[in-house]
Amino acid sequence: MKHSGPEERRERGFYTLGLGLSVVLTVASFASVMTGILPSAWVIPALVVLALAQIVVQLRYFLHIDFTHQKREDLQLLLFTVLLLAIMAFGTLWVMADLGDRMM
Amino acid sequence: MIDLFGRLEWQELKLLEFFHDPSIDTAVASGAAWMTVVAAIAVIAWITWARRWAWLWNDWLTSVDHKKIGIMYMVIGFVMMARGVFEGVVMRAHQTTALDGGVLSNEHWAELFSTHGTVMIFFVAMPFITGFMNYLIPLQIGARDMAFPVLNQISLGLTATGAALTMISLVVGAFETGGWTAYPPFTGADFDPGPGPDYWVWAIALSGFGSMFSGLNFAVTIYKMRAPGMHFLRMPVFTWTALCTSILLVFALPPLTVACLMQALDRLAGFHFFTNDLGGNMMNYANLFWMFGHPEVYILVLPAYGIFSELTSMFAAKRLYGYTSLVIATMSISVISFCVWLHHFFTMGNSATINAAFGIATGIIAIPTGVKVYVWMATLWGGRIRFTAPMVYMTGFFILFVIGGLSGIILANPAINWQVHNTQFIVAHFHNVLLPGLIFGIFAGVHIWFPKAFGFRLDERAGKITAWLWIVGFCFTFLPLYFLGLMGYPRRSAAFDNPEFLPYMIVCMLGALMLMAAFAGLFVTLWVSIRKRDELAVPLGDPWDGRTLEWATSAPPPPWNFAMIPHIGERDAFAREKADGRPYVTPEYYEDVHLPPNTSAGLIAMVATTAFGFAMTWWIWWLAVASVLGFILWYVVHSFREHPEVTIPAVEVERHHAAWVEAATLNEGVTRDDETNSRNRGRAATDMVVAS
Amino acid sequence: MSDQQTNMHPGLNLGYVGGGKHEESKVFGFWVFLMSDLVTFGLVFAIFGTMRNATAGGPGAHEVTELRSIAIQTGLLLLSSFAFSWASLAMKYEAGRWRFLIWFSVAATSGLGFLIFELLDFHHLIEIGAVPQRSGYLSAFWSLVGLHGLHVAGGLLWIGVLTLQILKFGLTDTIKSRITRLGLYWHFLDIVWIGIFSLVFLAGVA
Repeated sequence: MKHSGPEERRERGFYTLGLGLSVVLTVASFASVMTGILPSAWVIPALVVLALAQIVVQLRYFLHIDFTHQKREDLQLLLFTVLLLAIMAFGTLWVMADLGDRMM
Repeated sequence: MIDLFGRLEWQELKLLEFFHDPSIDTAVASGAAWMTVVAAIAVIAWITWARRWAWLWNDWLTSVDHKKIGIMYMVIGFVMMARGVFEGVVMRAHQTTALDGGVLSNEHWAELFSTHGTVMIFFVAMPFITGFMNYLIPLQIGARDMAFPVLNQISLGLTATGAALTMISLVVGAFETGGWTAYPPFTGADFDPGPGPDYWVWAIALSGFGSMFSGLNFAVTIYKMRAPGMHFLRMPVFTWTALCTSILLVFALPPLTVACLMQALDRLAGFHFFTNDLGGNMMNYANLFWMFGHPEVYILVLPAYGIFSELTSMFAAKRLYGYTSLVIATMSISVISFCVWLHHFFTMGNSATINAAFGIATGIIAIPTGVKVYVWMATLWGGRIRFTAPMVYMTGFFILFVIGGLSGIILANPAINWQVHNTQFIVAHFHNVLLPGLIFGIFAGVHIWFPKAFGFRLDERAGKITAWLWIVGFCFTFLPLYFLGLMGYPRRSAAFDNPEFLPYMIVCMLGALMLMAAFAGLFVTLWVSIRKRDELAVPLGDPWDGRTLEWATSAPPPPWNFAMIPHIGERDAFAREKADGRPYVTPEYYEDVHLPPNTSAGLIAMVATTAFGFAMTWWIWWLAVASVLGFILWYVVHSFREHPEVTIPAVEVERHHAAWVEAATLNEGVTRDDETNSRNRGRAATDMVVAS
Repeated sequence: MSDQQTNMHPGLNLGYVGGGKHEESKVFGFWVFLMSDLVTFGLVFAIFGTMRNATAGGPGAHEVTELRSIAIQTGLLLLSSFAFSWASLAMKYEAGRWRFLIWFSVAATSGLGFLIFELLDFHHLIEIGAVPQRSGYLSAFWSLVGLHGLHVAGGLLWIGVLTLQILKFGLTDTIKSRITRLGLYWHFLDIVWIGIFSLVFLAGVA
């Protein structure tokens, strides 16, 4: 078995950093709900922000998405998907909420 | 004891219905069932009699060649279209008797318009465009096959599953009655516990997976397998539209799949997504369905736009005017098509703000479409136009599609939409865009690329007569519906009580008969052409003085498409080669070609999923479980095996290619004036000025 | 060599050069598939969003959420992702198939643990009558969480099959390519889970 070289150790550090960030964000999410330290109106926005941050961390540290040239095609794909998903998901919520209001 | 047949019982067999209860209604139902069965038996008998099983198996069913898969998609499309056209004629016949009644029962009528819509959209239009994309994409981008040939075959299998389930529903049980959109709660378990909606759900869901994988396959093929030098802005226009359609397929099919599976959970497991009670909300279904449904319109019509773009530039002998505008317009349409879905349910109670927003978005999407119409006009302008059969379709398309598009803009206004919604006006509108837009495009495309696929042209005279029949038949069948709609005739109604409608319905009936003749005309054209195939042969592969790479191969192309992968220097690569006087050259050396081996993966997928869909429809649980587990098991075992590629030795490639180049060089070529007579052997005597 | 230069696509960097362009297509194609799947999940999320109040008098978010179990599941899935990364490093630096398989099985075991906790939760829900047939909210809840669970189960099956293939064939290029795609899938499921625990469970009881 080869001994781990500096490159491997660097990558391990990278992954560990990703794990650490994920754990911190997850704990923050759970804490914001379970401890009640945030005013209740802030909890949901906080959860959304923390979830988005954690998704970015996972994409960056575990899936290695970044802005280097070779990966741009995949980044474009991801961003395009997010755009369409945003249209569809927010469109759905908007339309259905409106309908719900008018049913009252 | 295991319930071997679920809820399936003998009296579900439609074949006997007429004998139990003779009437016109049951005669139509049983007749359709008998036609299906007899046709299936006849095909099997013919294959056996002609000893064609081995040929069918080795050359077609297990082939992963994108060209053959493309042709098989077209075959599915034509077979299903026969059913769709028949149903249309039956419906029109019913409507001429529908003043205060009608020959068909209400249930049967509802089943007819539901299957007609489902079949035409999912199993005619979709296989047609998928077939074209399959055949043309690799040839146009200079590739030897798709990125995932086996997946391609599995997609075909899943499409065949959907078609098979709808055909089975003719014989066993009944299809659903809620229209092609199958809105719950009408199609929910409370109101329709029968097998109909289940047939629909599984036919659509399973073939939907196939379409999604097709889209994925095409998108990756276009992204990653273009010949060296073919930048995005050097791709042929059809490939551009195919790319946009593929992207739409990848992203627009999930809403449909989600809607279908939720509907299945509602029906089979008692969930409450779309039910009336316990918090279900049927509006979620309409919303999901049209998030698929509107992009679907562009999934279908974009490739047809691509075909029209290719054919205007081909038959006007000009470079396409405004290539970049056309590409931008196509991309804009793809994105905007995701922002307009609500215009399909303006009347379902949304606030004015939302209706206005979606109305404006709908109006906006007309702009890129308008750009395209101007691009085609400008391409034709000043060109030396040959009035071939595809150009006849183009003429019909041009005028009729603009009318259809304008009626769409009218409908985009929510206030007007409220007046005409759910009337025949809508029926007129979507037939007016889909028939001239999509179907004319497909048939024009068949005329253009049939010689490429089979090595001989289609007979021009028969083709032109057929094309005119389609155009005139369309006008008679569907244009009166605009007036009927404005007069207040609701769509999908089995009977009407206003005697003023009747004359219009009779005109429509005459038109429907013309359309049936037009459909038969396609087969007459094929028959005549096959009989004259020696006279019409174009083995050299370039009968229309084509501009893009697919014409730079023999007709039919060899399984490996290109003896050597071409290098692309600019747009319209083959036109440039011809203009430079250097087409048909042999390379310095040939290389071995590696192709994927034949596989039965697609067939296995088809058998497993058809069994699964049938089992879920009839509650035959053991079969459902067995088909899923069997397929997974087969796939796992399959992944353990090696699948060595087939190697075509360089000598073989050389033999084929050199013979073709020699024949092309010996042929003096045919000028455009003579391209429709027997001197056309597929070598164009080009005098084209590419730069124009 | 740095990882940015060795692979053409994002995802697990396994540092192999087999198959060339075709491998690249395969991974890109799998990305496209995942994006389509992401849209599917996104839509089920949206439907869940529209149905969050449709409890029809039945059990609601507070009744179906067992935060301790959710926290454990989140931890297990995160651990699983991390172990997968470690396994891929073992593969990239050719530490031998056994070290790879150890980390691979850690990933699988945590995934299995996740699934067991999820099933226990589901069992509890059935006991308190929070079945999907009870209300629109519960239908959407079960479908969303269940869809993710099904994906995890599929991933476990995939891991199992690949383990057998590694034992039989070793870490060949074909198998490395499959592991690359499995890795994308596995991390993708973790990302979906972030959405689920944040927006379904935590936001439900907030």
